[in-house]
Amino acid sequence: MTTVALELRDVRKSFGKTEIIRGASLSVNVGERVAIIGPNGAGKSTLFNLISGRFGSTSGDILLNGRKIDGLEPFQINRLGLARSFQVSNLFTRLSVFENVRCAVLWQLGYKYAFWRFLADLRDANDRTEEVLEMIKLDRRRDVLAMNLTYAEQRALEIGITIAGGSQVILLDEPTAGMSKSETRRFVSLIREVTAGKTLLTVEHDMGVVFGLADRIAVLVYGQVIAFDVPEAVRANPRVQEAYLGSVLADAQAAEAGH
Amino acid sequence: MTHVHAARKPYHFKPFNIGRWLVWGLYALVLFVAPLLFTSSLSMTMLSQMGVAIIACLAFNMLLGQGGMLSFGHAVYSGLGSFFAIHTLNLVSAGQLALPVSLVPLVAGLFGLLFAALLGYVTTKKAGTPFAMITLGVGELVWAMSLMFPGFFGGEGGISGNRVAGQPFLGITFGPQSQLYYLIAAYTLVCTGLMFAFTRTPLGRMLNAVRDNPERVAFIGYSTRHVRYLAFMASGLFMGIAGGLAALNFEIVTAEVVGAQRSGAYLLFTFLGGAVFFFGPIIGAVLMVLALVLLSELTQAWLLYLGLVFMFMVMYAPGGISSLIMMNLRLAGFGKLRALWASYLALAGTAFVILLGAGAMIEMIYHLQLDAALGPKLKFMGASLDAKSFDSWFGAGLVLLTGLALFELTRREFARHWGRIQEQVEQEIKKRAASS
Repeated sequence: MTTVALELRDVRKSFGKTEIIRGASLSVNVGERVAIIGPNGAGKSTLFNLISGRFGSTSGDILLNGRKIDGLEPFQINRLGLARSFQVSNLFTRLSVFENVRCAVLWQLGYKYAFWRFLADLRDANDRTEEVLEMIKLDRRRDVLAMNLTYAEQRALEIGITIAGGSQVILLDEPTAGMSKSETRRFVSLIREVTAGKTLLTVEHDMGVVFGLADRIAVLVYGQVIAFDVPEAVRANPRVQEAYLGSVLADAQAAEAGH
Repeated sequence: MTHVHAARKPYHFKPFNIGRWLVWGLYALVLFVAPLLFTSSLSMTMLSQMGVAIIACLAFNMLLGQGGMLSFGHAVYSGLGSFFAIHTLNLVSAGQLALPVSLVPLVAGLFGLLFAALLGYVTTKKAGTPFAMITLGVGELVWAMSLMFPGFFGGEGGISGNRVAGQPFLGITFGPQSQLYYLIAAYTLVCTGLMFAFTRTPLGRMLNAVRDNPERVAFIGYSTRHVRYLAFMASGLFMGIAGGLAALNFEIVTAEVVGAQRSGAYLLFTFLGGAVFFFGPIIGAVLMVLALVLLSELTQAWLLYLGLVFMFMVMYAPGGISSLIMMNLRLAGFGKLRALWASYLALAGTAFVILLGAGAMIEMIYHLQLDAALGPKLKFMGASLDAKSFDSWFGAGLVLLTGLALFELTRREFARHWGRIQEQVEQEIKKRAASS
């Protein structure tokens, strides 16, 4: 029997009179990797913002492990075991790489707002931080300020902060955006490693990444999930081809074939 | 190799390193021997005020430098601390309260904490500009209250007290200024230590995170508002202690201690000292007392000079004096400081010429506006000027222009030189990173 990690039931979101998400429904099983694809303006990032609590939804239910989370603050949702990354790196720029990651492990290890303990004495927090730094391969850059990292390193740190707290549901918003082909390939294997055994949702434009990483693909068009299935089925789905893949995928495949 | 590392990241001390013990030992030593070196009664009161100012500026910087919160009304917490301290002191004097005088600042600290908890609950709901606006409003509110309740705030004359109260402990009455100084010094040392310790705790680090990127903090499990609120209360506690010590020092508290001018002074001097590094506000606090006590004696135009210095600092060295020190220590660590000595001397020399010219003109204007009854003659740096003669104005103008021209030339040369040295340092760092 599979259990559901994250469920969206007829979620809607309007900005003013414009309805961006128009009744999206989705059910992601525990341990599953799901890629959300769709044309520009389909509402992929908005959907992530609704799930992670950045925006409140207009109507509908969002459930995390069977518990309603819509209407909660982002930090409350995070405490329930959901973490997300951002499309544009969202780091603590004036802190070192090490401090960035350590900040992200503190709450889940129960240190909360403690001002009676020294950070240096928190063995478990420091060990976990080291572990994450090795996973994202930034252990040699630990003392560098986040703002002085290269672009690819900042993307890696972005992922590191997201997974550091040990959340079981991970949302990655275009993790490979702006990376070169070789960087992307390395990065996809890194994402595989650090999210092993976790439920993963990712928004992605690179079809290579999508088909390589995802167990199932959700296609979002005009704020609705028009298909949600294994990659082969999605590829064959006529509605998807018509709405989206027809043009983009053909181009991508043509480009692949041309190499 | 270790000393190079220390010079590069000196504020990131590892536990139990020698550097840290050395710095803190030196700090305690300075606090201890300062009154033995400067023995006049003026310097004694100034040293006492510096101790108080150090606590206040460090507490202010918990918000400004560490939390990115710009408070325009922080004198409220030190000021209310002062008032509660003086009332507590008077209760002790009247024999209605058996409390050692040395603990009165702690009472003030608790009231600072209480009011920070009450008022901060509102202010810390917001961050950024709205936060600054609300603190400004709260500051005005408390200032208005101070005029409305003369019973508590003492009206125009303020509330006075006598710190020689209750039973002396081991013969210490706090009557002589030196005894009070050592009480202040002890509080300064302990409070500095506690505030430094705060920066090494989970809450202290999350406060930095909230400063850098409040949005991300919300997605790693922390409520940014809660972090700000707790930090605000911690700051209020230390502000209150500073206020209590100030009350003991002056033995009189007037309404201006909660006023906007005092709040502005905390902001200005914390910034001058440097909000980026923990020790910056200590420098700022010392400067604050020097400016308020000495500079104001020296010239009537002291606020104008202060404003000019602040402006130049914001434009050219936004990290304050402490960051200038750290930048040069970094160069010293790479053995590059020697090359800059000549440039520094030239900069200082030409800046002095500017100051001479501008100062002469400013003093002449002030003299004409405020002391016209004393005749047009005035003394400026040993020279006698005539504020109504063309010669004095022409001379001062010439000195100012010469100074400006020379300074600009030196500054350009220095900027080139500085850039070159920074490049060399970067290369050196890369080389070391590659070889390690």
